[in-house]
Order: sequence, then structure tokens, then C-alpha cells
Amino acid sequence: MQANEAAAAVPIQEVRAHRDARDDRLFGWLLKGCALLVLASLLGAAGATLWGGRDAFMHFGFGFLTSSEWNPSDDVYGALVPVFGTLITSFIALFIAVPVSFGIALYLSEVAPPWLRTPVSSAIELLAGIPSIIYGMWGLFVFAPFFADHVKPWLTSYLGNQPDDGKVSWVAEHIPFIGRMFGNDNPFGGSVLTAGIVLAIMIIPFISSVMREVFQTVPTRLKESAYALGSSTWEVVWDIVLPYTRSAVIGGIFLGLGRALGETMAVTFIIGNKMKLSPSLLDPGASIASTIANQFGEAAGLQKSALMALAFLLFVVTFIVLMIARLMLRRLAHKEGR
Amino acid sequence: MTESAAAGIHPQPAAALAPTKLRVRDLNFYYNGFHALKGINMDIPEKKVTAIIGPSGCGKSTLLRIFNRIYAIYPKLEAKGEIMLDEENILDTRYSMNKLRSKVGMVFQKPVPFPMTIFENVAYGIRHHERLSRADMEIRVEQALRSAALWDEVKDKLKQNALGLSGGQQQRLCIARGIALKPEVLLLDEPTSALDPIATGRIEQLVEELKSEYTIVIVTHNMQQAARCSDLTAFMYLGELIEFDRTEQIFTKPGKKQTEDYITGRFG
Repeated sequence: MQANEAAAAVPIQEVRAHRDARDDRLFGWLLKGCALLVLASLLGAAGATLWGGRDAFMHFGFGFLTSSEWNPSDDVYGALVPVFGTLITSFIALFIAVPVSFGIALYLSEVAPPWLRTPVSSAIELLAGIPSIIYGMWGLFVFAPFFADHVKPWLTSYLGNQPDDGKVSWVAEHIPFIGRMFGNDNPFGGSVLTAGIVLAIMIIPFISSVMREVFQTVPTRLKESAYALGSSTWEVVWDIVLPYTRSAVIGGIFLGLGRALGETMAVTFIIGNKMKLSPSLLDPGASIASTIANQFGEAAGLQKSALMALAFLLFVVTFIVLMIARLMLRRLAHKEGR
Repeated sequence: MTESAAAGIHPQPAAALAPTKLRVRDLNFYYNGFHALKGINMDIPEKKVTAIIGPSGCGKSTLLRIFNRIYAIYPKLEAKGEIMLDEENILDTRYSMNKLRSKVGMVFQKPVPFPMTIFENVAYGIRHHERLSRADMEIRVEQALRSAALWDEVKDKLKQNALGLSGGQQQRLCIARGIALKPEVLLLDEPTSALDPIATGRIEQLVEELKSEYTIVIVTHNMQQAARCSDLTAFMYLGELIEFDRTEQIFTKPGKKQTEDYITGRFG
């Protein structure tokens, strides 16, 4: 009897081991499938836009990238204006959003009294949930007129090279590019600069909530050790907290940048949608996403192909930006002796 | 002072040993209204090792963290009383934090190297207090690493990240970082609790070597460690200083029942 039980027990264990191995294999395939789905959709989207834009690429060749002319009535298309607009608005957005988010995250994780942290953090997360069309409408109806009435006159007269009173300021005269960046007589508030500012407001919640979360992961003992050596709060943050969380912080910034590069509705509302290359940030311009959103409905033939080609370029731009981020991280790590 | 005299505690068991470096008088500590330290009086002698022992939650780490006012980075913590370091009260809000931290160094329970190279870890603190040329800085860093008995192990990899060192090496790096500032007092908060016996032995040996130059206060829950490497031992219980005397006195003829119960392992 006992011998029988022992004989029966061995096969059960073997069956169990066999089943476990099979289940693990299935589970592994399932996970691999999920991961491959991401890769497939990425390649699919890139391939589809490239295929859709083949006419434009073949017709204009390399000139598609360098030409700033976009003229549907003559069927002549160049991507320079929207590509430039996309890059410049995103750059303005980061220029404003990164320091502000850094301040918010730092305040919430290091300085703010505990009772204030939760409400402010939730408010930031709510801000991240506002649909972009609302930002667009706010930008068009509230912010752009305000900007045109109160901020722009100041910028043109103190920084621009075409001030209303004709007296060019010292800054515009002596610092290269500044004068041209703010030289403009367009009374409308919608411009590359306003689009960049609205984008900044849109990406601040993303960047600051990522930063706040990673700042909280820094071990207390690490910060205390730095304080014990005589560091001030600022020095602890700059020398300890920031290097410790570096890769996550850069990741958060690029998450925001990714959103800024592709943001469509809000930018379409505010940027002015003018296909003209201008060095002035106060001039209306266009971004890749806004151009597609504006024209895709009525486009056919070569114009449609050009819009698809633009979409492909947005992929390329995003890809290059991510590559730069990777390189930056690697160089920083090298400097720290890793 | 009178209170402790009434309780029979001699705050200066070491008067004969060495001059007093840190004089603690009527020290009370509160966090969020909780009375964590009650009327502490003690005289910590210069260039000796003073150990603070006691069960968890007795306030020994809290006391140590008052000596360099590291507690002040958190809100709602309050220390009342007097701690005289070279005839100046460090609890006075006018006492410069920067000066205090250059005079009183601290090493924490777990080794916490900064996310930088080994060299930078040591140089970092020095830069807050002194401006040195590159060559002088290299000399100072080497000195600190030598005093922490780490130089021979790291001299060829100063440019590597400190996180690559072993736990014991990391802790000696933290000690090097502390002594690089040339402090007068070195606070060690359970410095070996995260280390293996061999690394612990190294650190204890190091404490022995360092006491000729520094006043050392070490908090430990390991009684053998206190007995091995300290000159004086303070026993704390529930926020009070129960007994403070020469180490051999505490471990052979403790004056109080509670001390005896603790060191013989009857509680704690």
C-alpha cells in the first residue's frame, strides 16, 4: 500500500514540472507578443507614412527638406517651415517648462510643508488631464489677445529691431539675433512664441510630476549625509538629488518634449498657420502637426503625399531627439566614472 | 544639572581623563510634541571615544543627531537646553550651520556614497569650506583616504564611481569624507550595523586609530562593540540618560539596576 502511494507520487511531481515548464513557455510567448506589438505598430506607422509620402519625396527629392515654399495652388511643397516651426515651438516650450517644473518638483519634494504636498500634486495631475483643445481655445481666446495687448508691445519695443517708436534698444542693437527674433509688426497675438508658451503650460504637469516622483526616491540618508558636510538645500539638490535621479529626470523632460513635438490641436489654434519662414518669434508660423490637421481634409494627390511625407519627418525628428537624449545620458554617465 | 545630581548621575566621569569637548546641559528634545529626550546632562571628553548604548527608541540616535543639528532640516523638531562646543552654544540659532558642520562630522548607519567618483566623494565636502588648488585638493583627499585606511584599496580607481565599492569600503569612504573636513568631533551613528564582521573589525580598528586626533561619539546597539572600542559609555533608556561612566565601570560594576539588566541581557 505504502509502496503504491510512493510510486504514484513521483509521476504527479513529474506531470506538475512538465505543466509548469509549458505554462512558463506560453507566458513567455505572450509577453514577447505584447512587446512585438509595440515594435510592429511603430514600424507600421513609419512605413505607412513613408509609403504615403513617396510621391512627394520622389517629386521634390532632397529639396523637400530645404524648401520653405508650400503652395497648394502651384502644387509646390517644402517642409522647412513646418519642421522649423515644430522644433522652435518645442524648444521654447522646454526652455520655459524645464526650469518651472524643476522648481515645482523641488518645492513639493523638499521644501513644501507636508499638508500642502498632496493638494498641489493632485492639482498638477489634474492639469495634465485637461484635453488639448481646451488649451487651444484658452490660448486663442484668452492668452493670445492678452499677449498681443500687454506682452508683445513690450517685447517689440525693448528687444525687437522694429520698435513702434523707431528707437532700437541697446539689447537689439548689440546682441546678435535678438533684434530679429522679436522684430515684428503683426498685431495678432497668435505666433510661434505664444504657441511655445501654451505648449510649455501643457507639458509642465508631465515633467514636474515625473520629477517630483523621482526626487522622492532619493534616500533620506544620502541627503542627510550631504547636509552633514555643510551643504545648503540648493547644494543638496544640485549635487546629490539631481545626479542621483538624472536619467529619470531626462526621461521626464523627453516625455514632455515628445508631447510638445506632436501636439496638434492647441498649436493649430494658436500658431497662426502661416507658411512663411520668419526669424521673428512673434510672427505666425506652422508646425508639422498643425499643417497636417489644417490641410489633410481637403488635400488630394501630391499635396496629400506631401502631408504624409511631413508625418514621416515628424517620426524622424522625434527619433533624432531621442537619440540625442541617449547620447547625453551616456556622456554624463561617463563623466561620473561608470 | 541639579536634576541629574539628584538622580545621582555624574555628568563628568571623565574629568580626570581629558578636558570636556561637548558639554550638554538640561537638553530636552521634542518632536511633534513628543518629549523624546528628557533633561540630558553629560560632558563628552576631548579625544576619547564615547559610546552611547541603549535599547531601540531610547533616544541615542536622536541625541547624536542634535550634536550636529542635522535634525534641523526637518520641521517640527525642537531642542531646548545647551550644548557647549568650545564655549559656544551650538543650539543657538545664530551659531553658523556651516561652521558647526565643519567642526562636527557625521557617519551614518548605512554607507551612503554620493553618486560621484571616489575622489569627488571626498573632495565634495572640502569644497564647501575651503578653496584649494587642484594639487592641494589631491593631497587632502589622499590624507583623508589614508586616515580612513582606504587609500591602498582605491588609489588606482579614484576616477571610478563610488557605488562600485564593497559595503565596508563604502563606509570607510564615508568616514574619509567626514574626516576630510578636519572636524574636531566625529559622530558615528551605528556605523557597522550594515556590515559583516570583518568590515566591522576594520572600522573598530579605525576608530581606535582616529581617537588620537578626534573626539568620537559612537552610537551602537552592539554592547560588545561599546566595550571593545570606547573609553566612556552612556546608557540611555526611554529618553533619559541613566548612567554615564568609564566603560570598564559600566560593564563590570554598573551603578544602576537598569544598566545592569540591560548589559546582562535581561531586556533590550
